[in-house]
Amino acid sequence: MNVSEIENRLKEAFPDADIDVGALKNDGRHFYCKVSAKEFIGLSKVQQHQLIYKALGDYLQQDLHALALQTSAPSTP
Amino acid sequence: MSNPAFETIKQEINSNPVVLFMKGTADFPSCGFSAKVVHILSDLGVSFKDVNILEDDGLRQGLKEFSNWPTFPQLYVKGELVGGCDIVREMFASGELAELMKKNNIACK
Repeated sequence: MNVSEIENRLKEAFPDADIDVGALKNDGRHFYCKVSAKEFIGLSKVQQHQLIYKALGDYLQQDLHALALQTSAPSTP
Repeated sequence: MSNPAFETIKQEINSNPVVLFMKGTADFPSCGFSAKVVHILSDLGVSFKDVNILEDDGLRQGLKEFSNWPTFPQLYVKGELVGGCDIVREMFASGELAELMKKNNIACK
């Protein structure tokens, strides 16, 4: 799994979002994602992260070890 | 059909005000993310029940389904999922985590 695979999945799920994906380590198993999306407006952090997990779906069942998430809703819709 | 692990999970989160489902134990965390949350809770002086999901694969898989949350650690306060390491860290930094504990009458610094 690599950064662009994760990025593409997120872009499909959140087409207008600000998305930043990167590697935490160069082992293909540790990544971070920062996503600011209008879909997150009015949702709790738990719900925001659940949307990301849903978008990544089966990727998380593979040997991904760590995904650091930072989500936010745009301040002005 | 409900997962047999759900009963165990409900039992844990209903009988302990603060539960951390983690990799390893509070004394010997086996993952940096779990260790981080243990540190934060200790900093706040919050006592919690640690559950090592590495010891029970049924529980590990069941919890992912129960909480709709695929990763660990998972912090529960009064039966509610608060979040994983990233959320706990953000809430700690902003003071929200201490507020949440106080709101739920959980002793904390």
